[in-house]
Amino acid sequence: MTHTPLLAIENLRTYFHTDAGVARAVDGVSLAIAPGETVGLVGESGCGKTVTALSILRLVAPPGRIESGSRIVFEGRDLMELRESDIRRVRGNRIAMIFQEPMTALNPVFTVGDQVAEVARIHDAAPRKAAWQRAVDMLEQVGIPEPGLRARDYPHQLSGGMRQRVMIAMALMMKPALVIADEPTTALDVTIQAQILDLLRGLQKRFGMSLLLITHDMGVVAEMASRVVVMYGGEVVEEAPVARIFSQPQHPYTEGLLAAMPRMGRAQERLTTIPGTVPPPTDWPDGCRFRDRCSYAWEKASEHPALTQVAPGHFARCHLALEPQRRTKAGAARG
Amino acid sequence: MSRIPGAEGREPLLRVRNLTKTFTRPRGLFGGGGETVRAVDGVSFDVFPGETLALVGESGCGKTTTGRAVLRLVEPDAGEVIFDGKDILKLASEPLRKLRRRMQIVFQDPYSSLNPRMTIGQTVREGLIIHGIAEGADADTRVRQLLEEVGLRGEYAGMYPHEFSGGQRQRVGIARALSVEPAFIVCDEPVSALDVSVQAQVLNLLQDLQRDRGLAFLFIAHDLSVVEHIADRVAVMYLGRIVETASRDALYGTPRMPYTRALLSAVPVPDPAARRERVVLAGDAPSPTRPPAGCVFHPRCPDPRRDASCSATVPPLEEKARAHFAACIKEPSSLTPRDQ
Repeated sequence: MTHTPLLAIENLRTYFHTDAGVARAVDGVSLAIAPGETVGLVGESGCGKTVTALSILRLVAPPGRIESGSRIVFEGRDLMELRESDIRRVRGNRIAMIFQEPMTALNPVFTVGDQVAEVARIHDAAPRKAAWQRAVDMLEQVGIPEPGLRARDYPHQLSGGMRQRVMIAMALMMKPALVIADEPTTALDVTIQAQILDLLRGLQKRFGMSLLLITHDMGVVAEMASRVVVMYGGEVVEEAPVARIFSQPQHPYTEGLLAAMPRMGRAQERLTTIPGTVPPPTDWPDGCRFRDRCSYAWEKASEHPALTQVAPGHFARCHLALEPQRRTKAGAARG
Repeated sequence: MSRIPGAEGREPLLRVRNLTKTFTRPRGLFGGGGETVRAVDGVSFDVFPGETLALVGESGCGKTTTGRAVLRLVEPDAGEVIFDGKDILKLASEPLRKLRRRMQIVFQDPYSSLNPRMTIGQTVREGLIIHGIAEGADADTRVRQLLEEVGLRGEYAGMYPHEFSGGQRQRVGIARALSVEPAFIVCDEPVSALDVSVQAQVLNLLQDLQRDRGLAFLFIAHDLSVVEHIADRVAVMYLGRIVETASRDALYGTPRMPYTRALLSAVPVPDPAARRERVVLAGDAPSPTRPPAGCVFHPRCPDPRRDASCSATVPPLEEKARAHFAACIKEPSSLTPRDQ
C-alpha cells in the first residue's frame, strides 16, 4: 500500500494462560487496512479471527492477554500504549464493532432508541433530547421503517434483521473511521443477510469508513471485500486481493477451503475435503501448522514458513512460495 | 397432488399427506401469548427408497417441525404419515416403537444431542439393546464396526462426547442412527454447526452411507448450496406450507415460485467476478400467528405480476411443468395436454 494505512497491526500476539497450558490464539498477526477499504478476515472456528478483532479494541479478558511487543497503530497512535480512559474514547467513537448475535449484544431492559442515543450521550455529551433525535435519524438511515416508533421498542420486540440494523445504527452513530463486523450476518436468514449486506455496502459508500469483515463465508467475502486475509492456527497464512484469493489461492489451506465448499450451479459428485481437524491452540504443531493436513507437505514442513510475497499484494505462509515446482509435481502424482 | 415428482412407477417409502401441526403460545405473566401458530399447514410429500428429499426454508418456516412430526417426536394434529404401508399417526406405542427401528434422526447440534454421561460406545450400543439386535460381545463388535463405518476408530468407544470435536460428535450421532439399520433418516441441519472443511467430510460420509445401504434421507437445511449438492428432489417451505417442489435440477435451474427465485438469488456467490441480478426481498417474513390472506408470500413478493388476486386466493400447489409443482397463481403451466 502506498498511502498510510488507517490501521496497522504488527506482530499481534494474544495468548490465553489457562490451566491446560498457553493457548496461542493469535500468534504474530500483522495486517493493515487503508481508509475506506473493506478487508475480509476469514478462517474456521478457532483460527484466531475473533480474538484478533477483540484485541484491536483491547477487549480481551483474562486469562487472555495481549503480549508485549504487539503493536496496533490506529490513526497514528499505538493503541497498546493508551490508558484505559483513552482507549474508551476510541471504542465506539473512532472504531466501532458489530457482533454476530444482536440479541446478546443489546441490553434487553432499555429501548433500542435509548441504546443508540446513549452512544451520542457518552461520546459527544449530547443532551438527552438531541441524542434521541440523532438516534431516530440514525435508525432511519439504517432502513428501519417508522424509526420514531421503533425507537421506543425493546430489543425482543424486533426481528433478528431489525436488531442487526439497530446494532449497525449504534456502530455508525459517531461516524467511526473503522467498523469491525464479526460475522454480522451469520445468525440471519439468507434473504435478511442479503438486506444487511446491501445496507453495509451503501452505508460504507455514504460514510467512507473502513470495514474489517470477519466471516467464515467465502460467498460473503467475495461480495464485500476488496482484500482478503486468511487465518489458520493463530497466524495469517495468506493475504491477497479478493480476485486472486479465488482464482489463484497459494496456500494449500485456502485452496482446500475453497474446494470443500459446495457451490451453487457447479454440480460435483463428491466434495473435496481437508483431512483431519484443526489442532488445539495449546498445541500448534512445530514448523508449518498445517503440515499434518497438507497433501503437499515435504521434509521442509518441520521449519516454520515465513509469510512470503508471491505476487504484488499477494502473500502466502507456505514453503511452496519458494519451491512452486513442488505444487505441479504433487498435483501430477495425485492425478 | 395429481403426481409427485419422481414418482413414476415407484412406491414411496414414506408418504406424507396434509400434515398439520399447530402450537398455542402459553399465556405470559404480563399477558400476551394465547395465539395459535400453524407451524405446519397441510404439508404433503413423498420420499422414495434410496433418495434424498431436501426440505428447505428460512427460520420459522416449519421444516424442523415437519421432520419431527413425521417421526411423531412432536404429535401432529392431523394428516397421514404412511411408512412401509402403515399410518404412523394411528399406531399404538408398541408397534410404533418397532417401526422406529426403521426411521431415525440425526440432529443439528452435536453438542447437545449426545448424553455427556455416556461413553460414545454406550450411546451407539443403546439402540442395539433396545431393539434386541445384538447383546454382550456381539454388541461390542457391532459398536466398533459402526464407529469405523462413520470414520472413527473402534477404540474410541470408551471415550466421552467432550473428548471429541464437533465433526466427530456428528459422526457419533450418525453411528447411533445407523445402529438399528434404518431405511430412512431425518437429517435435521446435520452440517450447519460445522466448519466448511468438516462439513464436506460429513456430507461425503452421508452420501457414501446412502449409496452403500440404500438409505432414504429427509434432509432439512437452510443452506441452499449444501442442498443443491446433496438432494435428489427439493421442497421449499414458507410459513408452514410447501410452496414449490421439484427435482433438484429443475428447482435450481428454473424456479417457478417468486419466493424460490428470491431465495436462490440471495445466496452470496463465492466468485468476486460474478455480477448478477439479485432480488432483495423487503421486510421480514410475516408472523405465523397471523399469516397473510391469500398467498402467504404476497406482502413481500417482488414479482411484477402480483396483483389484488394474490391476496384473495390461496394458491394451490399445482403442477407447472412435468413433476414440478409451485404455489403461484401467476405462474403459467407449461404442461402440454399430452403431459396431463
